[in-house]
Amino acid sequence: MNNKTIITINNLAKRFPIGGGEFTALKNINLKFEAGEFAGLVGPSGSGKTTMLNIIGSLDNPSDGDVTLLGTSIKKINPKRASSLRKHHIGFIFQTYNLMPVYTVYENVEFPLLLLKKSAAERRKAVLDALEWVGLMDKIKSKPKQLSGGESQRVAIARAMVKRPELVLADEPTANLDKENSYHILDTMVKLNKELNTTFLFATHDDKVIKYLNRIIRLEDGKVVADDIIKK
Amino acid sequence: MLKFFIRGILRDRQRSLLPIIVITIGVTIVVLLQTYLTGVFGDMIDFNAKFSTGHVKVMSQAYYENMDQIPNDLALLETGELMNEIQKQYPDMNWSERISFGGLVDAPDENGETKAQGPAAGMAIDMISENSVEIERLNLEKSLVKGEIPKNSNEVLLSDDFATKLKISPGDQVTLIGSTMYGAMSITNFTVSGTIKFGVMALDRGGIIADISGVREALDMQDATGEILGYFSDNSYDDLKAIEISTYFNEIHSDSTDVFSPTMVPLREMNNLGSMLDLIGSFSGIMIFIFVFAMSIVLWNGGLLGGLRRYGEMGLRLAIGERKGHIYRSLISESIIIGIIGSIVGTAIALFFSSLLEKGIDMSGVMQESSMMMSPVFRAEITPTAYYIGFIPGLLATIVGTALAGIGIYKRQTAELFKELGA
Repeated sequence: MNNKTIITINNLAKRFPIGGGEFTALKNINLKFEAGEFAGLVGPSGSGKTTMLNIIGSLDNPSDGDVTLLGTSIKKINPKRASSLRKHHIGFIFQTYNLMPVYTVYENVEFPLLLLKKSAAERRKAVLDALEWVGLMDKIKSKPKQLSGGESQRVAIARAMVKRPELVLADEPTANLDKENSYHILDTMVKLNKELNTTFLFATHDDKVIKYLNRIIRLEDGKVVADDIIKK
Repeated sequence: MLKFFIRGILRDRQRSLLPIIVITIGVTIVVLLQTYLTGVFGDMIDFNAKFSTGHVKVMSQAYYENMDQIPNDLALLETGELMNEIQKQYPDMNWSERISFGGLVDAPDENGETKAQGPAAGMAIDMISENSVEIERLNLEKSLVKGEIPKNSNEVLLSDDFATKLKISPGDQVTLIGSTMYGAMSITNFTVSGTIKFGVMALDRGGIIADISGVREALDMQDATGEILGYFSDNSYDDLKAIEISTYFNEIHSDSTDVFSPTMVPLREMNNLGSMLDLIGSFSGIMIFIFVFAMSIVLWNGGLLGGLRRYGEMGLRLAIGERKGHIYRSLISESIIIGIIGSIVGTAIALFFSSLLEKGIDMSGVMQESSMMMSPVFRAEITPTAYYIGFIPGLLATIVGTALAGIGIYKRQTAELFKELGA
């Protein structure tokens, strides 16, 4: 792990209008993440995990404070720059996989590279590498509906990793998986974290995921109540 | 990227099949109506031009003002000179003198006593000169039921219905009782050379067609004619050109102080054909508007349903780093592809059926009682417009429908779309 700081969170607060008033989802968050971390935002539903992940991923704006991602202020970022940031530097993994059903495994993984306007040869090499990492070389031509839940999530990991992002944001990635598939997925992510030095940041309340984390940030009612480094 | 989206469209039938079916149906109807109504209206204009109005018509101003009464006492005089002048001025057009007349046709028996009588509406045309194109223009050869086309100035054609009513056959004599252009009584014998049937009651009820030289003799109209009809060389009516020629002619020849001075009138100003021409002109626009409107609503709803189904995909694409504008443009691109496919299929189907309808549907059975001057055969006509007109509603409707549906997606906050990924 190198010590380059890729995420700095300063006095972050997020409020949502609700009825006539406001709901505070996050308040006074101050955190830093170094490159190569395998960290998790842990807490019960409604604790603000996903909201924080969305703000870090430039999908939402802070109400107060700021997040600096790879030197870019999320508060000041315009939509064009935010898209570019996500396109080049961030991979997303979702609870429900969100594979595009009409495309094959290969095409789903290829899509982020099409947005990056990579050449056909570059795309082919990167897609095959990504599918090899997740062990799905035999499913290249399969459609998502032909895959199991575990296989679908591995495709989603390959899609997130294919452009070799600095940061992967994973929102409850094992919520729909059984124990065996969850461990398989997590092993894959640990391997990628080590081999490619990709920073992984999870939002989870799954104990299986928590066991794998090197850093656990506990959230309760929008506040950080604990930030523990786990020695392994 | 485009190939990627085309693959998606082809594989996702829910995304493409409904819009393609809607567009195909709409385009087929638009093109089919366009070809059919172009054929029917075109034939109606053509029929009127050939039998009544020409593409332009020269008359005396007074004659034009009382045209419904066929006032031969207000006919043009010294028409030989006028014809020479017009032919010289407009050599690309074909000019024909005609006299419309009315009278009583008397059919005598073998003793010379009246066997039968009937009122007749007559048309005098050039049938016997070498250069005449009137026989071909009025399709007389094909309309002939019995006998032959007149070869002499004292021969006439009677409508078959009229001849049957008068119990006359080719070779029999009839007497035309009318009035000369000076108001004197005219009684002239003609030989019936043949009988004709156009299939239109307005022409078949009491029709008599005679050579113009014979009628001039009978009605004392030497070097005079009721009307001079002008036709464009390609036989198709050009409204703008007709107006231009008429305006120019009238500037030179018409004299507002002389009611007998000639005036040229374009087809659109006769027989209420102007409104029909305007209808033809605006028809395509009206049809396109109606179908763009109707299909856009259907496709808008289809697009919204498809968009709802694809919210997850949109959120994902935003998360991966695609810009909203790019997603919106890709939806429009998809709709253009779908619009092109639907338009091609719809146009092909419509052209196939139009080609079958080019021979026409014979409506003479139901038109026997109609007094309208129109061809009894309703046929489609495939013009160059038919090949592209369907693409206008086809493409516009898909683009408008998708654009409206896409606004819903576009206006949605990125984070909201992203949240729906988990839904």
